[in-house]
Amino acid sequence: MLQLKTYRIYFILLLLVMSICFMVNISLGSVSIPLEDTLNAIIGRTTKVDSWSYIIWNYRIPKAFTAILVGSGLALSGLLMQTLFRNPLAGPFVLGISAGASLGAALLILGSALFSGIFLGMVNDISLALASSIGSFLVLLAVMVVAAKVKDTMALLIIGLMFGSITTAVVSVLSYFSSAEKLQQYVYWSFGSIGNLSWNQLLLLLMIIAIGILISIFSIKPLNALLLGESYAKSLGVNMKRSRYSIIVATGLLAGGVTAFAGPIAFIGLAVPHLTRQIFNTTDHKVLVPAVLIYGAILMLICDTIAQMPNSASVLPINAITSIIGAPVVIWLLLRKRKMIF
Amino acid sequence: MAKGELTAIVGVNGIGKSTLLRTLGNVQPKLSGSITLNKLPLEQHTIAELAAEISVVLTEPIASKNLTVKELISLGRQPYTNWIGTLTEDDKEKISLAMDMVQISELRSKKCYELSDGQLQRVMIARAIAQDTQLILLDEPTTHLDLYHKVQILKLLKSIAHTTKKTILFTTHEIEIAIQLCDKMLILEKNQSTFGSPCELIRMKSFENLFPSNTITFDAETGSFRVNK
Repeated sequence: MLQLKTYRIYFILLLLVMSICFMVNISLGSVSIPLEDTLNAIIGRTTKVDSWSYIIWNYRIPKAFTAILVGSGLALSGLLMQTLFRNPLAGPFVLGISAGASLGAALLILGSALFSGIFLGMVNDISLALASSIGSFLVLLAVMVVAAKVKDTMALLIIGLMFGSITTAVVSVLSYFSSAEKLQQYVYWSFGSIGNLSWNQLLLLLMIIAIGILISIFSIKPLNALLLGESYAKSLGVNMKRSRYSIIVATGLLAGGVTAFAGPIAFIGLAVPHLTRQIFNTTDHKVLVPAVLIYGAILMLICDTIAQMPNSASVLPINAITSIIGAPVVIWLLLRKRKMIF
Repeated sequence: MAKGELTAIVGVNGIGKSTLLRTLGNVQPKLSGSITLNKLPLEQHTIAELAAEISVVLTEPIASKNLTVKELISLGRQPYTNWIGTLTEDDKEKISLAMDMVQISELRSKKCYELSDGQLQRVMIARAIAQDTQLILLDEPTTHLDLYHKVQILKLLKSIAHTTKKTILFTTHEIEIAIQLCDKMLILEKNQSTFGSPCELIRMKSFENLFPSNTITFDAETGSFRVNK
């Protein structure tokens, strides 16, 4: 575990930054609450205004925890995909997994109007989560089938893009036939939101992410071997079939689970692993897995703090914020290093 | 094959040198025939067992050029490490031994994209040595290298085979260098394959028919090929 020790100071610093971001995130919001009262509310003391304690415990803290889970989950799924597909551009968005989730959600929300006999009254949070998870898993499986047939990773990216196009096309067809109300519901979902989770939903998301992380930890050795390519990994005694499936299941749980509860959130999965490699000068997944988890949480907390526009009543769509921050980061990385390696 | 011998597989393009080598290394499924390792058919060994018996150096580039030399060679120890891949003192010793053997210790913290083709090839050989297997298979280890580096790599392989008593098998197009350096050679041809020491093979005139004789002829005196003008 020498590697982890070498980077211990970075880990401590990152955890510290994460705690600060967490505190900043819960002390800022549409209602301005003094820092002193925020702290009082957290440790269970009374606040000057009763509703402040309620806001913090039932709105801001669940939201901050959601941000941490969403950021960590997406970042880890991005790292897994980049290693598995041997492609620095891989991520839940680029490979069409988010598109699959969107398709699932669109079919449920918009399609329920068309097939009202079957789906009547079934659009709620749980069924939405289920539909988008199934959607993302199906796309992931399709990508896997293609990946087994074509060795060319560029082809995979193009197929991911095609899935995106298919989703857009199906959504336009569906939206043409659905009511304005349903359409609005779908558009809101596609903005991404991390503010609507109850403690129970949060617990469910936590369990999904925890299983994903656990599988990833047990896949660290095959992930490291995959850095040499599949043939070499096999020659090192890695059971490729089993490892590939466990990595895919982990990715599906992480990306699918997050998208199910928070909607499609762009760029975190793609950008965080690259940002992490800027600090941690290693390719060892023993270091990278915990690092992207913390880094993803930090970035998501920051994006959410910006999205809620402190002291104003409006909230920006989180998906827009992550794209505005994430896309330039990717461009900057490319310009600076002139090549994207993983 | 005998222990501690360097064997080259030669033959014209497309005859199946790489296919043979990759099948022996269990990188791809066999087309027909049988392969026996330690008196057992290859497919009766588990992947994990094979990893401790056979190491490979392939022609395909490694997936991540961002690996440092030391990280890459450390991956060679995977068959022996625990579930999360912790390196023991013994592993670290074997890794630095492998680096010394191919003289790349000073490159240990370089990234793979910073290395020249020749250096990278030596790193890949060091990884195979670190895997500590009885058999090392190399698929065209000398392509893209100049004459000096070709000879350097093959001499390195020969000394590894002789000092560590490992069996090394590689495919190559450098027949003339192979004749001078290898202990044994396998010539693959359409209808028959011949195996033996280079001198025996020259005596048996096995090299004469390798290429169409109206373009290239073999000179048994010097052990080299000549172009017919």
